[in-house]
Amino acid sequence: MEISYFAIIIGAIFVNNVVLAQFLGICPFLGVSSKVETSLGMGAAVTFVMALTALVCWPLQEYVLNPLNIGYMQTIVFILVIAALVQMVEIILKKVSPSLYQALGIFLPLITTNCAVLGVAILMIQKEFTLMQSVAYSVATALGFALALVLFAGIRERLEFEDVPAAFKGVPIALITAGILAMAFMGFSGLV
Amino acid sequence: MNGILKSNPVFVLVLGMCPTLGTTTSASNGMGMGLATMAVLVMSNLVISLIKNLIPDKVRIPAFIVVIASFVTIIQMLMEAFVPALYASLGVFIPLIVVNCIILGRAEAFASKNSPVDSIFDGIGIGLGFTLALTVIGAVREILGSGAIFGVSLGIADVMPLVFVLAPGGFLTLGYLMVLFNKLAKK
Repeated sequence: MEISYFAIIIGAIFVNNVVLAQFLGICPFLGVSSKVETSLGMGAAVTFVMALTALVCWPLQEYVLNPLNIGYMQTIVFILVIAALVQMVEIILKKVSPSLYQALGIFLPLITTNCAVLGVAILMIQKEFTLMQSVAYSVATALGFALALVLFAGIRERLEFEDVPAAFKGVPIALITAGILAMAFMGFSGLV
Repeated sequence: MNGILKSNPVFVLVLGMCPTLGTTTSASNGMGMGLATMAVLVMSNLVISLIKNLIPDKVRIPAFIVVIASFVTIIQMLMEAFVPALYASLGVFIPLIVVNCIILGRAEAFASKNSPVDSIFDGIGIGLGFTLALTVIGAVREILGSGAIFGVSLGIADVMPLVFVLAPGGFLTLGYLMVLFNKLAKK
């Protein structure tokens, strides 16, 4: 596939933003994004896990699932890989860098059920990327996720001091805010 | 049957947001997604309830995920064979049923503690609530965005803002429907 890395990266961060255009990873987007600080932590943890997932899942698909003709096992294999990876990262971080573990720790278990991670793993196979392209795509998608999360958290921090009508409080106003943000991101379409 | 209105998974519990927003570009897409999820939910609830005493407590979550992933794969293959058009338009969201928190949530909160028959009914109730929500959102977006319902054109497509079938419309529609739901629930 002849797609430049530049196109993949810009496309994944801005044009097809994982949260605002593809609707993946909405749960953490709505759940964690009330403070800028925690959003940054979540973004970092997701970036790390997504890069690892691409590095593990791509060879698995190419050298195990495809030669054995069991492509339909993809979903089961990938979700187990992600669950195992998250567990492993958690254990290693705890031993190697307790301070980083403190910062990212609470977000790690949440990542297994973040559909953006599994979604990206499936999409990179569907798009027939090479290994390096897949890693670039995963990292860029994760950066797009972090960008959306941090932007949204900034807006929500201010929203807290506003007088929102009772029926709009909580999730509804968050969704409407996200809708406006998504409209802003539509401005990027056609960029690549 | 609490799942349909009082604890509707989408409008009240705010679970399973990704497919809710991602697949509801039309009423039939939303309904298809809801039914696929319901099928997985009912089957996985049943199996998990049957094997709940065989699974050691420590590995129950990975075990649940394997059960759910197996049923998702079965549904995926069935849909590819029998409803290829729907399968194509739902795309990546079919395998992503695995990580729908509604399913794992019901496995953990209900099926692992209750009898198989109760678990089936729980799955049907929650599944219907989810399907209903997705169909309603899909219908609203289809009418507002492409001036049609269930693919039948209402002849007003030219004056309707296309944005409702695009990404921002998903967020806006769900947001305002939730407001409506909150208002009605209070009365």
